[in-house]
Amino acid sequence: MAIVKMQKLSICANRKNRKGVLETLQSLGCVEIIEDGIEDENLDISDTHEARARFEKSAESFDRVLKLLASYAPEKTGALASLAGPEMVTRQKLNEVAGESSRLQSDVSAILKDDREITECRGRILKDRNQAEALVPWMNLGIPMNTEGTKTTAVLIGTVPETMTAEALLAAASKEIPEPACISAEVLSQTGEMTCVTVVCLKKDRDKVEENLRSVGFARPSQPVNAVPADAVRECEEDIRAQEERIKELEADIVSYADRREDFRIAADYYRTRAEKYRVLGTIPQSKSAFFLEGWVPADQADRIAKLLSDRYGAIVEKEDNGNEEDEPTLLANNAFSRNVEGVLASYGLPKHGRVDPTFVMSIFYVIFFGMMLSDGGYGIVMAIGCAVLLKKYPRMAEGTAKMLKLFFWCGLSTAFWGFMYGGFFGDAIDTVAKTFFGHTGDPILKPLWFEPLKDPMRLLIYCMLFGLIHLFTGLALKGYEALMNHDYVGFFSDIVSWFLFIGGLTLMLIPSDIFASIAGTKIVFPPAVNLLAKAMAIIGALTILVMSGRGRRNWGLRIALGAYDIYGVSSWLSDVLSYSRLLALGLATGVIASVINMMASMGGRSVVGVIMFIVVFILGHTLNLAINALGAYVHTNRLQFVEFFGKFYDGGGSAFRPFKAVNKYIEVKEDSSL
Amino acid sequence: MTLGMVFALTGAVLSTALAGWGSAWGVGMAGQAAAGVVAEDPDQFAKVLILQLLPGTQGIYGLLVTFITLSNIGVLGGTPITDTNVGLMYMLACLPIAIVGLISAYHQGRTSVASIGIVAKKPDQFGKAMLFPAMVETYAILALLVSILAITNIKA
Repeated sequence: MAIVKMQKLSICANRKNRKGVLETLQSLGCVEIIEDGIEDENLDISDTHEARARFEKSAESFDRVLKLLASYAPEKTGALASLAGPEMVTRQKLNEVAGESSRLQSDVSAILKDDREITECRGRILKDRNQAEALVPWMNLGIPMNTEGTKTTAVLIGTVPETMTAEALLAAASKEIPEPACISAEVLSQTGEMTCVTVVCLKKDRDKVEENLRSVGFARPSQPVNAVPADAVRECEEDIRAQEERIKELEADIVSYADRREDFRIAADYYRTRAEKYRVLGTIPQSKSAFFLEGWVPADQADRIAKLLSDRYGAIVEKEDNGNEEDEPTLLANNAFSRNVEGVLASYGLPKHGRVDPTFVMSIFYVIFFGMMLSDGGYGIVMAIGCAVLLKKYPRMAEGTAKMLKLFFWCGLSTAFWGFMYGGFFGDAIDTVAKTFFGHTGDPILKPLWFEPLKDPMRLLIYCMLFGLIHLFTGLALKGYEALMNHDYVGFFSDIVSWFLFIGGLTLMLIPSDIFASIAGTKIVFPPAVNLLAKAMAIIGALTILVMSGRGRRNWGLRIALGAYDIYGVSSWLSDVLSYSRLLALGLATGVIASVINMMASMGGRSVVGVIMFIVVFILGHTLNLAINALGAYVHTNRLQFVEFFGKFYDGGGSAFRPFKAVNKYIEVKEDSSL
Repeated sequence: MTLGMVFALTGAVLSTALAGWGSAWGVGMAGQAAAGVVAEDPDQFAKVLILQLLPGTQGIYGLLVTFITLSNIGVLGGTPITDTNVGLMYMLACLPIAIVGLISAYHQGRTSVASIGIVAKKPDQFGKAMLFPAMVETYAILALLVSILAITNIKA
């Protein structure tokens, strides 16, 4: 339960060691460089944009090639391969790949060229197909489509709208042509919308005939081909075949690079890392012969890094006074169990320095509440085993995923615990099986260790609210701890102790009341001294809040008014506590829906078909129920932490520690020499 | 079948029907938004799927109340109720989750759509985006609680 102490380092070294120092820092990966931290007009900043853009472009082209390879030569991977984590690569191998980068680059441009050509071929195939399709109505034409005629005759090739017979066409064409009209008309093909026709006439009549034809809607084809249509179509088909052949060749060529995938991956990350280095390089101020750098390091690493840099590069490293804590980045360090909720905490906001890290406390409540909401022995065991198997199978998965799975492993155990407390194992599966298939009658076999929520929901409701009150009081206590840490004793008594007294007193007053008795079903009687104590606590607490809440104000009227308004805040405590009723509601939801599934599954009765149906419905139903209720439990556990618990003391606002390091997408570099 | 049974069954049917209606509505709306995000950025699939599912719980709460009611009034075995007043009481007890389920699922769906918008623009803010729809759900949970407490405490 701690925020790692950070140390600000100032580094000054010879300019010629610039890249060396940065490379060392990058491979160490434990220094966050403060960009634009030093401002001095005598220092300049080198422009690294061009180099950076070049490396980024290289990394991108490797990425593209890898994507292409994945689509042409897919690797055989399981569905969960994304969990496997990055490849381990030694520094030596990385250097080897970097050494032959020019060859890799030429491979990449060859692959990209192939890909471009494939795209072109596809375009040509499409064009050919369109043309062939457009020529289909003209297939009966035995002459090239752009034929104008012979020495004495003219040929008019074109279309008329709608269907028209050859006779009607002839009649239309020979209008006002002096007899004997030497015209022949032929219909090539007919579709619903148009008729393809050829009309042959004497050259001298040509203009008149064309005019006549125009009047019935004749139009020449928009793109006549210089060939007999049937030949043109054949040509198109041949071209399509040729292009397909070519695509196959090109694809085979791309696939032939598949065994170089690993090198491509390494190169992609190599360039990405260099781009990052140049990005940082472009933010470092330098003079003619030296450069300056400021950065945050975890305090326990500071000496090691200072020594390393001064030994290797003769750099001057000074530890600076942290002074302004505002921009100190936050790195959390927690025990092996609590660290798993760090991701959940980060999604709300990391703590600032000087504030309390709620991870440890939160992790305990998180697991308990999740278990209460899912609360089924079977589901819990399935969840825990599933997470454990994945964690075992993919030991090098990404850190965030691993933490999440570990968290759900613990949540699974807690779910199993609460499941047995409530007497749920896949709902009432054991009893249903015993009743349906073995004719068991009488008492339930799996008895709850505590009690069955559906039999006595009121009792569980009270427990849920009790857990809620404990959770909220813990939050308030953390706020008190913070106040004490900052030596704010007045605040501690007037903002924290007062609320403990007030809410504690009110709760103690409520327990012996009739309302509580009717909810709980039993009347609890305190000795008179306790009742008096409860009243005294509530009154002292309320008075402290009334007088002290607005202590920043000089005007007493305003101060009391603010105090009174704060006392009204007790209503928010009420709604916060009521909010924990979701522990009951979601717990019931899992159990009851699971029982419904068991009931549906057992409808087949005691037969072979019944058993098969039971198994199928059981697996499908419970998978669905587990998924949807685990989601509900996750969302609402988060809500209880974020809204109710954090509402009492925590507001995040810290910025995460982002050390300058290698930017790797595919690989993880194993350092062979200990730095 | 007695009139009491008719009332009780009406309540049982309404809680699944109305709450399920609301959930279908909400999940449907959120699903359209989620599909749009996945079209642009397939990596966000898991996140937007979770957000889409959030308004789906009301339907389950409705089913839950229906099931408890059915088993209490003797439809799923046991002695069927006969008293008209008892039947009416069951119906009334079903109404909170039926009505609040319908309306809260609709509004939770709209909130989910907005939260999916957050994920589309800032995928790292998923934790916060998830909270907004969860806030709406509180009232469905309260309604569910009231329905369950009422049903389990009706003395036939």
